[in-house]
Amino acid sequence: MIWNIEYETMAREDIRQLQIERLQSTLNRVYKNVPYYKALFDEYHIIPEEINSIADLRQIPFTTKATLRENYPYGMFAVPLREVVRIHSSSGTTGKPTVVGYTRNDLKHWSELMARVLAAAGVTKDDTVQIAFDYGLFTGGFGFHYGAELIGASVVPTSLAAPEKQIHIMRDYRTTVLACSPSFALAIAEKLKELKINRNELVMRIGIFGSEPWSEKLRSSIQNDLFIDAYDTYGLSEIMGPGVASECDRKNGLHLFEDHYIAEIIDPDTGKVLPPGEMGELVLTTITKEAMPMIRYRTGDLTKMIEESCPCGRKSLRLARFTTRSDDMFIIHGVKLFPSQIESILATVEHTEPHYQLIIEREGGMDELEIQVEVSENIVFDEVKKLMKIQDEIKQRIFEEYGIHVKVKLVESKRLERTQGKIKRVIDRRNQQQ
Amino acid sequence: MLRIQNIRSFYGNLLVLKNLSLHINEGEIVTLIGANGSGKSTLLKSIMGLLPPRQGLIVFQDKDITHLRTEKIVRLGIALVPEGRHIFAPLSVQDNLLLGSYSRYSFRNKSEVMADFDRIFDLFPHLVKKRKQLAGTLSGGEQQMLAIGRALMSRPRILLLDEPSMGLAPIIVEDIFAKITKLRSEEKTTILLVEQNAEMALDISDRGYVLETGKIVFQGPREDLLENAEIKRAYLGK
Repeated sequence: MIWNIEYETMAREDIRQLQIERLQSTLNRVYKNVPYYKALFDEYHIIPEEINSIADLRQIPFTTKATLRENYPYGMFAVPLREVVRIHSSSGTTGKPTVVGYTRNDLKHWSELMARVLAAAGVTKDDTVQIAFDYGLFTGGFGFHYGAELIGASVVPTSLAAPEKQIHIMRDYRTTVLACSPSFALAIAEKLKELKINRNELVMRIGIFGSEPWSEKLRSSIQNDLFIDAYDTYGLSEIMGPGVASECDRKNGLHLFEDHYIAEIIDPDTGKVLPPGEMGELVLTTITKEAMPMIRYRTGDLTKMIEESCPCGRKSLRLARFTTRSDDMFIIHGVKLFPSQIESILATVEHTEPHYQLIIEREGGMDELEIQVEVSENIVFDEVKKLMKIQDEIKQRIFEEYGIHVKVKLVESKRLERTQGKIKRVIDRRNQQQ
Repeated sequence: MLRIQNIRSFYGNLLVLKNLSLHINEGEIVTLIGANGSGKSTLLKSIMGLLPPRQGLIVFQDKDITHLRTEKIVRLGIALVPEGRHIFAPLSVQDNLLLGSYSRYSFRNKSEVMADFDRIFDLFPHLVKKRKQLAGTLSGGEQQMLAIGRALMSRPRILLLDEPSMGLAPIIVEDIFAKITKLRSEEKTTILLVEQNAEMALDISDRGYVLETGKIVFQGPREDLLENAEIKRAYLGK
């Protein structure tokens, strides 16, 4: 279902007009109200009223996480603190957290955007939505909460209760929709198998997962294990929280809410804007935010733009599913690699689970990549021959694809260390050793 | 319906509208608020071709009207109710209205124009009894109604109103605003309203823009503008 027909299906020409109007008023405001942007524009001789088009945005330097840290805590706010009604903090996936603020209008827009996210996945007022995102400084819990309330669904804010408790609530409260991080969904799914709960006891139908990249393989395994239809959603605190882009039932990319954000894709190394269809780092500009507008914020997330219209009726451009963060990239034997590239190979190897860890070490001056991957429970560990075959297959495939030799270690299911359901994908020990 | 992109307008060498973009959809009431000298009236003059922008584009129903002459623009369906009303004081009410049909009047469609009188008098029954009276003898509120009526005689698709509440008693202003709402609901006229009386204007609007020294600093649906703390403080006296 489309929550906001007017804006989500707006003709391309109209959305471009709206974007330029909103961009111009945002630039005028940040120049007037945010000392950082005033100084930046002056330094680069940027006159806000000379920005005539989205393409003109390119004249403005990027805003980065470092910018936010330098202006910690309130330096990027465009309104006095008395107009800020909410303060959140970024999840701090990388480095120290940053502060974000919301005015009343910002919260209202956020709720509306989250209602779009939920409606696109098929959530209605008849659903019971269990929100297993952290409620706190992190934006996830509150964002979903507002959206689900606006739709009129029954909200169960379980936050990060332990998987077993989540399952009992899910069963007893007759939850139909689960919102959480994909890795937490997986932890719940694993617990469900362990508890041997009959699937008929659950009435779950939809899952909406975000806050970290997850593969199609992970999607199908969550769908199978939790008996749901799983949707991907994207957001980040610096921009809004969840509610930036989200999948519709076609699941062919995430629809960007273009009446609130302008997206660019850049080459993460050169900063050059890339044409639609090319993979690069997502850069976002907010055009409705009042408390903390962001101009050309480097998200660190890698994706590409899809311009073809979607049969669902929304006319917005779409972002391809996110594979990984640009700062997760590592270089080994001169080859640039993202965890997702390894993941996509693992996904094709039988008997492996979607849980893996990449460990990079320096031995005798040589860099070594070790892939630790969990194997399915139904493989018995004394079937040495079979295990050897899996190992060799992974090594062979990676050599064929990327020309590097790697070590592979198969570990038992659930052996890799998880923190809040997340596995740290890359452990680079090269700098610690010297 | 009306789309303005990146216009710059000058009085002599003085840049008054600094890269301004806005749009009005068919059937909308859109309000433009801003302090004195922020460029509100200049924008209306630029739309009407009275002060064509030096840069940028004005598109009305997919037609570029940026450099058209005013008569042409009126004929395409845009009419202005100017600030201070500018009625022709020595002429009768009826003659003032007749002048409003100047752009389309001809001997052949005389009856059509005459029929429009009834339309205007339906909307402003106040004026019926005074149709022969000199416009200069009308009260301020009646003059404003006459100015609106005169603009409607060109059968506009979109009506631009410049400070219709100026100098009028609150009760009269309410009446005028009620007529504006009625124009939209009954005649399907699209309306761009420039007002100092920001709260009343926003109340009847769908969307609004806030102009500051020739630049738009806020824009959005009515509810957003009414909720914005800076707008409340600067324009709504709260």
